[in-house]
Amino acid sequence: MDFAFVVTSLLKIVGILVVILTMVSYAVYAERRVSAFIQDRLGPNRVGPAGVFQPVADMFKLLLKEDFTPRAANTFYYWLAPCLAVMPAIITIAVVPFGSTLFGVPMVIADVNIGILFVFAIASLGVYGIVIGGWASNSKYPFLGGIRSSAQMLSYELSLGLAVIPVFLLVGNLRLTSVVRYQIEHGWFILPFVGDWTNPWKWLLAVPMIISFLVFMIAMFAETNRLPFDLPEAEQELAGGYNTEYSSMKFALYFLGEYAAMITGSAIIVTLFFGGWHFPGIPDGSHGWIFGLINIAVFFTKVSLMIFIFMWVRWTLPRFRYDQLMRLGWLFFFEIALVNIFVVAAILAYAGI
Amino acid sequence: MAITVPRPKLNWRERLYLPAIVAGLAITFKHFKNMLLGRTKVTMQYPEQKWDSSLPDHYRGAPALVRDEDGRVRCVACQLCEFICPPRAIKIIPGEIPSTDRFAKVEKYPEQFDIDMIRCIFCGMCEEVCPEQAIYLRKDYAITGFTRAEMVHHKEKLLEIGGVMHGVVLKWNEKK
Repeated sequence: MDFAFVVTSLLKIVGILVVILTMVSYAVYAERRVSAFIQDRLGPNRVGPAGVFQPVADMFKLLLKEDFTPRAANTFYYWLAPCLAVMPAIITIAVVPFGSTLFGVPMVIADVNIGILFVFAIASLGVYGIVIGGWASNSKYPFLGGIRSSAQMLSYELSLGLAVIPVFLLVGNLRLTSVVRYQIEHGWFILPFVGDWTNPWKWLLAVPMIISFLVFMIAMFAETNRLPFDLPEAEQELAGGYNTEYSSMKFALYFLGEYAAMITGSAIIVTLFFGGWHFPGIPDGSHGWIFGLINIAVFFTKVSLMIFIFMWVRWTLPRFRYDQLMRLGWLFFFEIALVNIFVVAAILAYAGI
Repeated sequence: MAITVPRPKLNWRERLYLPAIVAGLAITFKHFKNMLLGRTKVTMQYPEQKWDSSLPDHYRGAPALVRDEDGRVRCVACQLCEFICPPRAIKIIPGEIPSTDRFAKVEKYPEQFDIDMIRCIFCGMCEEVCPEQAIYLRKDYAITGFTRAEMVHHKEKLLEIGGVMHGVVLKWNEKK
């Protein structure tokens, strides 16, 4: 471990943390504006030009609010839970390649060879923040929210894992950088026939890949507690669910965690299905540092578009009922994802792509 | 009696659920796009845009005292408005006009004329009852203050809002 590696890693960590936290606060602003526009309103437009300083005002508001701890709460876990909610979402971004290379340095914090397993292992810890928070609050609504969250996680974690197996059947290893490299050479996984129009097997492959993408994205909605699967929160039924008893910065941490999870989720979807930082016609960072920067910009543009889809879906669809959610997860997505693996494997075996 | 709610039988396309989701997404995106392009009419942005110019003439805003063409406060301190005011927002202390004054024959003027705008209900009864046409409800509606004392409009403030009223009864002129 040489000195240059340590310095560049630290710089990358600081850089990505700043970018992610800025994106989180502006995702909240964007969510409010997008929801307003969809509902024919204007949304926050007072603080600064078009309301762009709203996140700063929100931050000060949340910091200055009274931090209230209920008497009956289990204090240690009550304090621990919000931290557990933020941590996994931010750690996961470490293995996602957010750019090609910049001055010869690969733009990924940790290029581990178990990439996607690391993502699943850490991302599923996010549920502990909610379950522990719901239990430690010692109150009815948060408790119900916590129970719902754990059940929801169990139902969707499986389809989440199974939905990406086709991708790794094609790539051959679990490293996320090789997923991106494979997509540069063979076309994005959402459109595997691009660049190879004459091959009918590639066109056939597009069907299971799109199904795989849809299942993965829907499971990601459930994983990040976004509508139509925001049962743990359910403002109307549970008065906010797991975060009912939280206030001030602890509530803000939950909020931060939800949006950070959404950003990491989008980043993973982009990496797995939309070619990561690759865009046709733009070379990678080895052709000059300006292309390295453009690659990073392309990646974050894709992530932003994905976040917009998350918001768009949230403000369109109503919430599922508890039993509908279970049935959808266990009887529908699980089977689809399972069959999908066999279809892709069969295509691979016969076509030899 | 229990009622059986009829559930429509869904065909395979409806049960697939995806076409309905896509239709919903299309509707919300249409609204988003129209808003972004400025085609949607939204509510008035209040402090920047006001509807003052389109207020009707009979609008009942804040009550105000008026002067006549000679610059005299039209109020003669008869205290009818103080008496009629349903929430008792008006308080008048009359004073006597000295005999050397040009309008000595009016005899009384309001030494003090306070309207508590926290109490005022903008009913317009003071305007209706006034025999001198001295008090009018004007178009001011944004009456705010930081303290209760600030919300009491004194005589000077009322005259400032009211201004001069032309062309109404002038029964106190010397010629009459």
